[in-house]
Amino acid sequence: MGHFLKLLFRNRLAALGATVLSALLIVVLITPLLPLPDPNATATAERFARPFTEGHILGTDHLGRDLLSRLLHGTRLSLAVGIAAALIAAIIGSTIGLVAGYFGGRIDNVIMRGIDMLMAFPYILLALAIVAALGPGLMNALIAVAAVNIPFFARNIRGITVGLAGREFIDAARLSGLGHTRILVGELLPNVLPTIVIAMSTTVGWMILETAGLSFLGLGSQPPVADLGSMLGEARAALITAPHTSVVPGVMIFLIVMSINLLGDGVRDALDPRLKSGALSRPRAVTLVDRKGPVPAAEQRGLLDLDALETQFHVGKRVYRAVGGVSLYVKSGECVGVIGESGSGKSVTALSVMGLVPSPPGVITGGAVRYEGEDLLGARYETLRRRRGENVAYIFQDPLATLHPLYKIGDQLIEAIRVHHDTPPKEARAKALDLLRAVRIPNAESRLDNYPHEMSGGMRQRVGIAMAMANDPDVIIADEPTTALDVTVQAQILALLDDLRRERGLAIIFITHDFGVVAQLCDRVAVMYAGRIVEEGPTMQVLDAPAHPYTKRLIACVPELGSGKRKLASIPGLPPVVDNLPEGCAFAPRCDKARDDCRRGAILLAGRGLRAVRCIHPEEAV
Amino acid sequence: MQALKVTDLSKTFDLGKPLFGTARPGVRAVRPMSFSVARGETLGIVGESGCGKSTLARMLVGLMAPSTGHIEIAGKALDNADPAAFGRLIQYVFQDPISSLNPRKTVRQIMETPLKRLYGMNQAERNKRIAEIFDSVNLREEFLGRYPHEFSGGQAQRIGIARALAAAPEIMVLDEPVSALDVSVQAQVLNLLADLRRDFGLTYLFISHDLAVVEAVSDRVMVLYFGTVVEIGRAEQIFNAPKHPYTRLLADSAPVVGRPLAAPEQVDSELPDPLNPPPGCAFARRCSRATAICRDQEPPLTEKGKDQFAACHHPIAD
Amino acid sequence: MGGYILKRLLSAIPVLLGITIIVFAIMAMIPGDPATAILGSYATPDNVEKLNRDLGLDKPLLQRYFIWLGNMLQGDFGRSFSLNRPVLDEVVERFNATLVLAGTGFVLCSVLGILAGVVSAARQYGVADKIITFTVLIGISIPSFFLGMMIILLFAVNLRWLPVSGMYAIYGGGDLPDLLKHLVMPATALAVVATGVIARLSRSAMLEVLRQDFIRTARAKGVPERRVIMGHALRAAMVSILPVLGIQAGFVLSGAVYIEMVFQWPGVGRMLVDAILKRDILLLQGGVVLVAACYVLFNIAVDVAQALLDPRIKT
Repeated sequence: MGHFLKLLFRNRLAALGATVLSALLIVVLITPLLPLPDPNATATAERFARPFTEGHILGTDHLGRDLLSRLLHGTRLSLAVGIAAALIAAIIGSTIGLVAGYFGGRIDNVIMRGIDMLMAFPYILLALAIVAALGPGLMNALIAVAAVNIPFFARNIRGITVGLAGREFIDAARLSGLGHTRILVGELLPNVLPTIVIAMSTTVGWMILETAGLSFLGLGSQPPVADLGSMLGEARAALITAPHTSVVPGVMIFLIVMSINLLGDGVRDALDPRLKSGALSRPRAVTLVDRKGPVPAAEQRGLLDLDALETQFHVGKRVYRAVGGVSLYVKSGECVGVIGESGSGKSVTALSVMGLVPSPPGVITGGAVRYEGEDLLGARYETLRRRRGENVAYIFQDPLATLHPLYKIGDQLIEAIRVHHDTPPKEARAKALDLLRAVRIPNAESRLDNYPHEMSGGMRQRVGIAMAMANDPDVIIADEPTTALDVTVQAQILALLDDLRRERGLAIIFITHDFGVVAQLCDRVAVMYAGRIVEEGPTMQVLDAPAHPYTKRLIACVPELGSGKRKLASIPGLPPVVDNLPEGCAFAPRCDKARDDCRRGAILLAGRGLRAVRCIHPEEAV
Repeated sequence: MQALKVTDLSKTFDLGKPLFGTARPGVRAVRPMSFSVARGETLGIVGESGCGKSTLARMLVGLMAPSTGHIEIAGKALDNADPAAFGRLIQYVFQDPISSLNPRKTVRQIMETPLKRLYGMNQAERNKRIAEIFDSVNLREEFLGRYPHEFSGGQAQRIGIARALAAAPEIMVLDEPVSALDVSVQAQVLNLLADLRRDFGLTYLFISHDLAVVEAVSDRVMVLYFGTVVEIGRAEQIFNAPKHPYTRLLADSAPVVGRPLAAPEQVDSELPDPLNPPPGCAFARRCSRATAICRDQEPPLTEKGKDQFAACHHPIAD
Repeated sequence: MGGYILKRLLSAIPVLLGITIIVFAIMAMIPGDPATAILGSYATPDNVEKLNRDLGLDKPLLQRYFIWLGNMLQGDFGRSFSLNRPVLDEVVERFNATLVLAGTGFVLCSVLGILAGVVSAARQYGVADKIITFTVLIGISIPSFFLGMMIILLFAVNLRWLPVSGMYAIYGGGDLPDLLKHLVMPATALAVVATGVIARLSRSAMLEVLRQDFIRTARAKGVPERRVIMGHALRAAMVSILPVLGIQAGFVLSGAVYIEMVFQWPGVGRMLVDAILKRDILLLQGGVVLVAACYVLFNIAVDVAQALLDPRIKT
């Protein structure tokens, strides 16, 4: 709660809204105690007095009643009615939504059909019908406004509940012996509550508007008592002669609703966990580059050169050093593997090459990426865009998420060709067909008109590869392309990639966590830990004689098929979080060979030829 | 003594009746299958996506009602009982450790629920039991006041295991318990599971897509394909000397250090259409050994070697 | 697609029936005697009874419902006693006026709202985003009827640019320019709130989509940024914007009631409010059922558009 309030008031607009709203609340609460004239006392002689006349700060209305007094009493009514309507709608609607979403099936079906029926009315018709049945009056307007808002809450909360009810912790609660009521109240409600509060805080302003609207039409509060809406309604006749009688209640409604909306947005932002992490930021077209040091001098070793690349994530005050100075290169026809566990920085390294790290929060803070000797990090957007897909192409992990769900795969392939080459549509389509055949998709012709969701995972990944091949790039960066696939499909995709590389002389950077894949596909391998390369070299040398203790123990952890039932090796502890790296070797806290000097100073990646290791007490001399 | 006996268990998902025409036959996620697990044994269950392993697991713990068949745990029939009755006998450890813990509850609240609801323990008994369990899964008691999001995947999975243990079940169904974890952490959890089985005399059903992991932890392994048991046998034999061509395909597909890269089969690896399954063996279309009989008759599960059963008309000879 | 449209149209039948039941049930709850309302307080008991019999009000409730429903299906919505003309004629005439107003308002708020949302998302935290966000916040906080009154004061009374109220000028009006002149202010006042709501939603839908993996794929292919935003992202965002447009259409239609009061627009909203105040139940019933039925059909059109947009929807 304290945390919530802190978050809320850090938002200056929300704080402003809260201040205005509390001031209003205090004033209307003490209104009966203030020395004001009777709001309903008429004095026709003094009608339409202008503001700031003696005795009437805001003037008088068409019956000579004091506007200030009427305004404060009216605000009192409007606020009370609006908040009451919101509470009623929230409680009834949320209960319906929870029950329908949790039980699902027939109960859900019947309830939601009913709700749909109510939503089939433009809400005012329903409100008008209810008011017609119950008769005009403020109480009845309240009931009408609450009733037309129940479907809104029910739908909203049902949606959230359906998602939660399918989550595993609900199954776990059932297996722990909880009944339906306890699951609903104890497990689901606490998770749904923020949504209910958000929905309420964002609709209460609207409900105040609605009740005011009904009163404005003469269907809400009845004379002589007036809420803000009926004050406006009564003033409308004298709009031209005495505009102040309209402006006063109108501005008050605006103030109330505005402050509630400001506060409501603040509440939403503070309660929505996705916003907390800043995840709703939109990634820019290119990763932000903010290199602190000088760009390293060019030393071309391959077709694509990464030189002391540093990529960080800036989240609030924290700085996560996801990539801490990675140097890597790949030559034509060569496949280089980058292997590491989650959080090792291998994917961020891959995405940094073409500026695809989401930013904010990602920032490339140092180093260089060179394609044929030309620095890509300092390049203009248009230069980089022309290289994307044309010279360096990507294959991503989850082919369902990485293909656009609403475009036919043929159109996605054709687009990949046409953004770089001014090809006639017919020719591009023929090329797309060739591509599908090249990645061995059966019935390629008919597949062009399929949408991604109509294909299996393996077929989708073939499309992903075809799209990467669309412009015959020289370099392909494959970011865990087979991790989401079944093992029999994975074997086919790997074989396909290997064939393509040999046929077309591609350079491949292959990101993976699987030693088996690296061994089968890659010529050289780099092992990453906590954002740095800890060991690199020709694949078989690294796998047969790992020099870094981490590499050696990680390989030992991988169970191999055919060795029967046994105890498996593990590495105690966890990888460090990259916003708080230890001094010296990042692996030292988990390493049983670590000595004092491992925990001091910078440890360099050192070695001879292709082989190098970042360790001062290596397992093998390199 | 059998800890678990399953007879003719199957699950068919009904499709809604369309507006016009007659109701279609449902999707058969799990075809009738029978197997048993001895007390203290670990039965590994492997198969690729769409093979029905998750549906099977949810039926076994009572989260999903079977369409046909019987489940017997420790001699007691448990066909239509509520999850709480299942809960005292069989527990579930979920694939995604974080999402299996209620984000708005502390670890202590999560741990207390089964003790309170399944065993009606008072506060003192609960505290004592939680301390015992936490000790056995190597978790510190200071974690009890924290919320799930504060833990790493490996720690959260241990909390999930601790919760399952709190129900003191006979059997634990482990549904891909390490597939969300990194390889250096997964062995920590697997070794913990092995210790717990020894110490508490537990019976495991270990579901995974990773053959090497399954082989390392299981006594026997059951291979599923398209809702059917295609092969079941001793862990040390089944992948070294598979009888069913699909088992061999699985074993040959896993990338292994020191084996050259080659796709064991070409192109068409898609499952049959579940709405319109072909007659005969579901694997026949992908199988190089398939003959006319395979496309016509569904092969029964029969003994093809010592303790090794396969559903195949043309099993692989030794 | 044709089959899908037919399916959706058929599924509207129970909804329409449900609407008539709800409307009839609510109207049946109205206390007092319609005959008394029609004849006024000077009516004799004999007269009241005779009128009740003529109106069929002496029959059981269920029977009355089916008679009313049967008549409606034959196009007979009864006669409005307060206007002394067939309900259907009156409603159709008034609803035409409302459609002109609400239709213009709806097009305005859809186009402006989506545009503002896209610009706002594409320039997140930039100057344009801040200006739009702030304007939108004011827009959704101001009551449309108050806004209407204020722009009348400004543009009609003080500046005399536009007519104060009505749909056509009383003398010499009736052509399109005249209609447009009368339409500008009410349509704008009507569209403001919905524009704000749609802009906010479009912004967050765009931000949500821009974080998706397939946007990264498009960029990795080398698709120019303008096309990423206006093509890939907007198309995907429309999947969540479109249903909201359907809901907002209902809000615009609802808001039209207030605007019609403020601008003396001869629409169906004013007619309904009058019907309530005069307790002209047949007029009220007929008006509500007809407008709701049109809204149901509109929402089917939205569903069909959604199915055309998103191939994942089973048609």
